Amino acid sequence: MTHQHETHCQDILGYLNAYIDGELNPELCSLLETHMETCSNCQIVYNTLKKTIEICQMDSERITLPTDARRRLFTSLNLEDHVNPKSK
Amino acid sequence: MEKNEAQSAIEINELKHKDKHAFANIVDEHSDKIYRLALKMLGNEQDAEDILQETFIKAFNNIESFEGRSKISTWLYRIAVNESLMLLRKRKGSLIDIDAGIEKDDGEVIPQQIVDWCCLPEKELMSNESRQVINQAINTLSDANRAAFLLRDVEGLSTSEAAEVLDISESALKVRLMRARLQLRETLTHYFSDKMLSVIP
Repeated sequence: MTHQHETHCQDILGYLNAYIDGELNPELCSLLETHMETCSNCQIVYNTLKKTIEICQMDSERITLPTDARRRLFTSLNLEDHVNPKSK
Repeated sequence: MEKNEAQSAIEINELKHKDKHAFANIVDEHSDKIYRLALKMLGNEQDAEDILQETFIKAFNNIESFEGRSKISTWLYRIAVNESLMLLRKRKGSLIDIDAGIEKDDGEVIPQQIVDWCCLPEKELMSNESRQVINQAINTLSDANRAAFLLRDVEGLSTSEAAEVLDISESALKVRLMRARLQLRETLTHYFSDKMLSVIP
């Protein structure tokens, strides 16, 4: 981040999360987008922040309750009679 | 697909009559996500399974107190998060409130490493080693920030739902989320920038 727009980058950082979440107003969105066109550092922070969220989601999507644990869960809840295979 | 309000109201009514079939349907529908949340909060499968069981036992025993203002999933997440946080406190052998350490532990996170690793192929980003690093990074977040991140970004709750689960304001949720995201980005950038050197000539 060059010294001349250091303060501005700090402001941009404060808006990045709202921007990622789609919660930033249009005026600030365009301010941020204009800034990122010329500031590769902020663009990289934005790209990697978004990618960080994405790969954490991808990692978690693969997690399902193991079959044995599911059976134990239903047993602990006295729902043995309802432990049919998942119908998904 | 999200259930509509009428379906949910019928379901809640059946639950309040201790209808086992209705309860089994709820367990079936929500057990994967409650398990996933507990696993990510606690970092091991046995504890996650214990919390999963405890969550549904508490939900079933306290169904009378469920007022139907929030979604069943929000209510279950709330029980699971509270149970997980209690277990984490027990592990640390401390009764200190979860929020007490936040200011001390989490100062402002300022991006230090500026490397664009987004161009790495998915097989690198999602390799077994990378997934281990991702999970370690999530584990090193403070308990409060980790809960905010998991609910909002991994489970996909809205800001207001995640704030409701954690019983905090939306602005407090956003602060925790920002710290968590930036800290994770920093850890992953450290790891993936090394990977880039070995993968991309």
